[in-house]
Amino acid sequence: MDETPDQTAQWPCQIFGHLKRVRVSQVGYVPDAGHSRLIQLCRDDAQIHDVVLTTEEEGVGLACGAALAGERAVLLMQSSGVGNCINAFSLLKSCGFSCLVLVTMRGEFAEFNSWQVPMGSITQDCLRLCGFVVMRAEHEDEVDDIAGAACDMAFDGLTPVALLLSQRLIGRKKWLK
Amino acid sequence: MFNRRKIVRHVLEDRGDLLVVAGLGAPAYDVAAAGDHPLNFYLWGAMGSAAMIGLGLALAKPRSRVVVITGEGEMLMGIGSLATIGVKQTGNLAILVLDNRHYGETGMQPSHTGSGVDLAAVAAGCRFPIARRISASTELDEARALVHSTQGPVFIQAIVEPESAPRVLPTRDGNEIRLRFAQSLQKIER
Repeated sequence: MDETPDQTAQWPCQIFGHLKRVRVSQVGYVPDAGHSRLIQLCRDDAQIHDVVLTTEEEGVGLACGAALAGERAVLLMQSSGVGNCINAFSLLKSCGFSCLVLVTMRGEFAEFNSWQVPMGSITQDCLRLCGFVVMRAEHEDEVDDIAGAACDMAFDGLTPVALLLSQRLIGRKKWLK
Repeated sequence: MFNRRKIVRHVLEDRGDLLVVAGLGAPAYDVAAAGDHPLNFYLWGAMGSAAMIGLGLALAKPRSRVVVITGEGEMLMGIGSLATIGVKQTGNLAILVLDNRHYGETGMQPSHTGSGVDLAAVAAGCRFPIARRISASTELDEARALVHSTQGPVFIQAIVEPESAPRVLPTRDGNEIRLRFAQSLQKIER
């Protein structure tokens, strides 16, 4: 199985540019093929603490700790990870923390693994119910604009924002024998 | 075995600018009983998140000292956090687990540590350079030194008496807890 999406796509660099522009200093993530390029850019940046998590919900605590200290954190996860976070997201509503979550979608466009569909199909609704403004990027040419808006709204607008990166954007996962 | 109020009071006495994250339930009451402080971040929910809030703070404030004071049930729910902290090797972070071997908030049902699950061994396996299980009152001063000044990440599993102490309730308003913590931390830096 080829786990690596198109490495020439520019959208991960555009997202990274916005994270730098708004001075994100901590990035929590669970390793993910769709986010692999963005994760590497964060790992290579001396001004960013990259924090590899054992489960996505750890990232919610991380982001709140960073925010208490006046720093900005972003969480990178796959749609399946959103389900792992739900109770931890109560920190955001209960304490008024903002948060930016970038979600690579599974279980939608040309998904080969039906086990990804149950969570992928309710990801957007879960995030909305947890208090997030949910944005979605479907095509490469709109990522830059939407990612910029998501960053501004999360960190200047102090509103929890989730940006869903569609499975069509990330590219089909290829099965090789 | 320690009296939980006594060890928390001892660790937080003359605390200076120590940043404190208190896990939900009895540890939050213990921290409040030692004296309310703007640099206390009390949790009333999000069980399992305390250690990671400590990590986010410790990474953001490398010159500050951060202690997470929580119960063994809360720590067990976020046990993967120990592996995550082990990767980061955050030297200014300490975790003090008050282990009474029971889930006190829900009716004193036995917890995993009562059956021999060894949290300090888990922390050592997660690359905490200091991972201690302490139970004798003569170790109170050592616990304090580990929290305040030892290069970490530090993990202390303090065996405490299962008796519950009177509830000392901090404010439940999460916005207030967040704002006064953040504003107080900003003042220190000026």
